[in-house]
Amino acid sequence: MSATTPDWTERIDAYPTHRIAGFDVRAGRPLPFGATRVPGGVNFSVYSNNATEMTLVLFQRGEPKPFAELTFPGAFRTGGAYAMTVLGLDADSIEYGYRADGPWQPEAGHRFDRDRILSDPYAAVISGGERWGEPRGGDLYRHRAALSYQDFDWAGDRQLDLPLRDLVIYELHVRGFTRHPSSGVAAPGTFAGLVEKIPYLKRLGVNCVELMPVFQFDENDTHGRQAPEGVRLYNYWGYSTVAFFAPHAAYAATSEYGMQVDEFKNLVKQLHRNGIEIILDVVFNHTAEGDERGPTISFRGLDNRTYYMLTPEGYYYNFSGTGNTLDCNQPVVRGFVLDCLRYWVSEFHVDGFRFDLASILDRASDGTPLPNPPLIEALAADPILRDTKLIAEAWDAGGLYQVGSFPNYCRWSEWNGKYRDTVRRFLKGDIGTTGELATRLLGSPDLYGERGPTASVNFVTAHDGFTMHDLVSYNEKHNDANGEDGNDGESHNRSWNCGHEGPTDDPEVLALRGRQVRNALLLLLCAHGVPMLLAGDEAGRTQHGNNNSYCLDEPSWFDWSLTETNADLLTFTRRVIAFRRSHPVLRRQLHATGRSPDGVLPEVSWHGTRAWTPDWSAHSRLIAMMFADHGDCVYLAVNAHWEGHEIELPQLPDERRWHLFADTWAACAAREPGQEPVLDEQDWAFLGPRSVMVLVARATDGIGQREEWRT
Amino acid sequence: MELSKYMRDGVTVVSLEGDLDSHSAPEAHSDLAELLPGAGSMLLDLHRLRYMSSAGLRMLLLTYRRARDENVRMALAAIPDEINALMAATGFLDAFTVTSTVSEGVRELAT
Repeated sequence: MSATTPDWTERIDAYPTHRIAGFDVRAGRPLPFGATRVPGGVNFSVYSNNATEMTLVLFQRGEPKPFAELTFPGAFRTGGAYAMTVLGLDADSIEYGYRADGPWQPEAGHRFDRDRILSDPYAAVISGGERWGEPRGGDLYRHRAALSYQDFDWAGDRQLDLPLRDLVIYELHVRGFTRHPSSGVAAPGTFAGLVEKIPYLKRLGVNCVELMPVFQFDENDTHGRQAPEGVRLYNYWGYSTVAFFAPHAAYAATSEYGMQVDEFKNLVKQLHRNGIEIILDVVFNHTAEGDERGPTISFRGLDNRTYYMLTPEGYYYNFSGTGNTLDCNQPVVRGFVLDCLRYWVSEFHVDGFRFDLASILDRASDGTPLPNPPLIEALAADPILRDTKLIAEAWDAGGLYQVGSFPNYCRWSEWNGKYRDTVRRFLKGDIGTTGELATRLLGSPDLYGERGPTASVNFVTAHDGFTMHDLVSYNEKHNDANGEDGNDGESHNRSWNCGHEGPTDDPEVLALRGRQVRNALLLLLCAHGVPMLLAGDEAGRTQHGNNNSYCLDEPSWFDWSLTETNADLLTFTRRVIAFRRSHPVLRRQLHATGRSPDGVLPEVSWHGTRAWTPDWSAHSRLIAMMFADHGDCVYLAVNAHWEGHEIELPQLPDERRWHLFADTWAACAAREPGQEPVLDEQDWAFLGPRSVMVLVARATDGIGQREEWRT
Repeated sequence: MELSKYMRDGVTVVSLEGDLDSHSAPEAHSDLAELLPGAGSMLLDLHRLRYMSSAGLRMLLLTYRRARDENVRMALAAIPDEINALMAATGFLDAFTVTSTVSEGVRELAT
């Protein structure tokens, strides 16, 4: 058998069939959609079921006016897909867009306007917004589609496939995380800057970062809101997508070279190399085009009626609270969403997605919730996405609240808003919450009995709302800087300022706040389910009481000097994460029950001031639980009462003894896992006012620690 | 894009001057392929490089791979700061042996 293969470097179709606007062209390939480098040129493919004519518009990079416009001949159209290969183009130096012709009949849903140049929904790169906050170039065409290279050298990288039960998620904003001068990175506010902070993440112990939106958005789009004096407003969070296939240019240090795709891929590669997964917060419920008064960027001009949920009069349904609603269960849109997610998984190696206002994805074209929404089902069953983490924010701005009831196909997890609310209420001392707290700490079997605790992404704080520091420092939101007269943002925060609203030097208030933060972190990281931390909470990041900082740039940045000021909190957080990672009994795949798999202790048992005697009454503010399985045993007691209590400890059945991992009432709130000191008194302990105590059972000489197990 | 070659301590040193972008990369690629010694080592002196695009980076990496396939040791020397930052941010820097000066590169490759 011959070892040589003939090297056919030329394709037999590598010749032009037409000449349009001075360019040699031939009929293109409809798949893949978007613009693709091919030998000798670029293949352009775009679709619209309702357009009557399509024109490719070409720009030299950064030039205000196009250098060529090529209308697709009829022979280059397959159904509603227009495809053309243009030869002799330098893919590196062009930007492109489309003009779509068709009817202007808003009442019928059509808003074609061939005077506008439209961005490609499949654009891999958007050029023109390289620097954060600078105006986008040119009135004629602002969000300009461009090409990327797809030959990144992954060096064998692939998704990590960490089990959900082992994840500790860290939610961060790419710019806010490293933009502050104190971050000390060479490329502040960028994907490359985040790479420089991987050692910090690793030391903290988190193994998954969840990035707030990184698809191209327009940070200058503030919907015309009036900023208070001295404040500049942005669309800082980025929940308003311009281009779903393009990494946000202003988050890349290298976008002036058009290399944001490489930079993002390098971020993923470096995270994976350090054992950290990456989940993207994705926004498919609406686009940056807003309602009929908003800008026409892409979808509205390409095929308005297909992409958006429209009223019978042709106006936009607004289930997202942002002007328009993508019609995600429309078959074409469904295909688009699937194409997009497949692209980020196969091309960028991301490990999962968190879907913003995911309940919108359940709605039919007229907004009715569907029992069996085709998009959700398709994502759950897709082969490329099979091992991809799918997390729903299971509510929307139209009043659909589906925590625990999101259509899940035993595949989706959810942001557990009820976990957040219950922990907050219990910790601030609300009565009548003890029973629900117990349920939440067990991974919410009332909500996720079928799916198990890993369906529950537990969090106390997230980007949306108070930071942890502010949760214990403010009763009320302080959103004046947002320019909406303080009317924006959640008003029912279940927060408590511990006796003084905002900054104080009262040592008692400060001590209580410090304890409350640590209490919350212990309840988060010792609970069943998947814990998620908000970046900066481990160092006491504050937004000065603003609980909706979507529009504020600098006030939202992470001031890294806090990691020194609050070094003890950082150490505490690191130890609690490490504790979780060293105790499989905290990371269950299945819900714990009262059964006793090893014949000694039940998987979970409940206790009060007396062992084995929990107080579930409405006025109870104290509860303790013990998790045990295959020799691993952790006891957690939480007291939300303003007075301390003596608690009787459950007796251990063997040679093991109780060791103290954490006590937020004590001077040393948490120990290094594995070095917990034995308790002198094994029968009872003092549980301080508003505090949490965590004990671990093991033989004092270190023997008795069991091996890793799996259910 | 100008290329000039000289020998130093048995190392082929090639200096690149100008802009390395999608226009100049193909020619530079074939020029470098021709300058690639049959064996031994080659150092690319980049300190006169004004601009480098993604096409230029890819050309360098392809040349580097080709050198490795042909058992030629290759390194980059004196990368201008801005290009160095670009290469660091995109991960390209990790793929190359890099030295800060030509002398250092020659020393490294001559051993």
